[in-house]
Amino acid sequence: MALRPSTELMELLAIRLSPQAGKSLVIRTGLLQSMLGLLLLAQASVASAVLTIEIIGAGEHQIPVAIVPFGGDGKLAQTINEVVTGDLQRSGLFRLVDPAGKSPHELAEVSYPDWQMRGADALAIGTVALQNNGRIEARFRLLDVVKQTELAGQSVSANDDQVRAVGHRVADLIYEKLTGDKGVFSTRIAYVNRQGKKFSLMVADSDGYNEQTVLAQNEPIMSPAWSPDGSHLVYVSFETGHAAIYVQSLYTNQRMVLADFRGSNSAPAWSPDGKQLAVVLTRDGSSQIYLIRPDGSGIRRITFSAAIDTEPNFSPDGQSLLFTSDRGGSAQIYSMPVGGGAEQRITFGEGNNFSPRYSPDGKGFVYAHFSNGKFYIAAQDFQNGQVEILTAGGWEKKPSFAPNGKLILFASEARGRGILATVSSDGRVQQHMFTQSGDAREPVWGPHL
Amino acid sequence: MKKLVISIVLVNLLAACASEKPKAPEAAAPVPPPVVTAPAPEAAPAPAPVVEVDSLNDPASILAKRSVYYPFDVSAVQDADKPIVVAHAKYLSEHPDRNVRVEGNADERGSNEYNLALGQRRADGVKQMLVLGGAKASQIETVSYGEEKPKATGHDEASWSQNRRSDIKY
Repeated sequence: MALRPSTELMELLAIRLSPQAGKSLVIRTGLLQSMLGLLLLAQASVASAVLTIEIIGAGEHQIPVAIVPFGGDGKLAQTINEVVTGDLQRSGLFRLVDPAGKSPHELAEVSYPDWQMRGADALAIGTVALQNNGRIEARFRLLDVVKQTELAGQSVSANDDQVRAVGHRVADLIYEKLTGDKGVFSTRIAYVNRQGKKFSLMVADSDGYNEQTVLAQNEPIMSPAWSPDGSHLVYVSFETGHAAIYVQSLYTNQRMVLADFRGSNSAPAWSPDGKQLAVVLTRDGSSQIYLIRPDGSGIRRITFSAAIDTEPNFSPDGQSLLFTSDRGGSAQIYSMPVGGGAEQRITFGEGNNFSPRYSPDGKGFVYAHFSNGKFYIAAQDFQNGQVEILTAGGWEKKPSFAPNGKLILFASEARGRGILATVSSDGRVQQHMFTQSGDAREPVWGPHL
Repeated sequence: MKKLVISIVLVNLLAACASEKPKAPEAAAPVPPPVVTAPAPEAAPAPAPVVEVDSLNDPASILAKRSVYYPFDVSAVQDADKPIVVAHAKYLSEHPDRNVRVEGNADERGSNEYNLALGQRRADGVKQMLVLGGAKASQIETVSYGEEKPKATGHDEASWSQNRRSDIKY
């Protein structure tokens, strides 16, 4: 499975700004993504996911945007259109304007009044073609219908099996230009799929497609977490009969044991600088939080309660931790400095609270709230302590933020199955993603690559 | 005489091991047709004079009970189940060569990680009681499966009550 990157292959997802836009800068999506793409390419045994996606609700201030299906190769254009419109809808920030009857693909074919009439503020047009060298090349322009100017013009190139990646990149560019925030559609997610007694650790695109198996076994897998550079996953596996923590490279699939002490080793979380992890061990008694280096050395205990202390999560500045503890009699969220001491309870009121995760700006956190027999995804602001319940309630667990803080991924349940779901950070738009089979559990959103 | 006792214990051990193994897949290999051969003379089983009955294998003994159950979010062994743990503690103290693995489980209400911790606390609580009852700590290993290996998969109290459980496995 180990793959050596070659220069040519590293071009996989290289993106160029088009000369038409007056720029000649070459943007690389980065070595990692290219290599990840490679690794995924190599896993031919993996079936491409068949997903059903349901979108519920609408954002408050939606930008009306018209996406004209690209000209050129019809099949590629259709996939790109599905990906782009799906991504933009899922964000809750856009209202898709039906381009019915008009299909400009070049700037010269655009008549702005057509689009003003339809109420679109922005218009995306473009073409896609399969080059002689087997690569897909998509050229697209984003136009400001009101000002009648070009907002962006780009050419995106990728291998022929990376058509969805092209769509995500186009969606990211539209999102960034129109909202001012970085898009997250080209990022990836990890989750655990359970089917009977079989557990699989999966990595997929942010929309749940293109799923790849990282590890499959007949013993439980829990709590995947990403390294800050997205190159590794750390997770809990029961393959030796008890919970132990493993680190696995997504480049090479090489894995190592991070912690395998007696009892349970679990709840790994990477620090933002990548230099240490917080883990939960029972080697000295009850479940307590420890710091450990990525090579398994330098282990140091930082909580000293007789209770359960678990699910540590680092603040974006790396200075603090949130964690779940039942030291007050029931599971609640606490915070503490990474150095230890000064632990503080920060959730109160009815019910129990679990699985805290800082927002990327560090101003608040999301968590799973359990009351009256239901789990909800909730958010709390550090400044004013205000709690917002973001979901209708059900079996909703394990929230994690997209790297731009605008979407929250969580595990949910529908039609008797564990599914992946997202909710916009204002709670207005939800999406359910039904994977092919089995129960999806414990999702976690990966970083920008 | 001594040899016989050892072999009985061995058989028991093997039986215990076998019961630990995951169940065979449903699509099991077809059963081979019975081979008809005359039994080898030396394979004739000798009528074994039973010299010692291992109470662990007596279905009427309290030791046949290997599971204790808990209320929601509780990890202390309940009064009703204490005699079971006490009996196993006594057995372990009388059989220092025997080891057990205590497996803690939780229902699905709670985060997966919290439930792993809760299951561990349940298993460790059983261990503590076994040690207090005379077993050596070195005879007991504890693990937790949290909510990851539910015995009952329903989303109701009938299933949850079965999953809030510690199993004592020899």
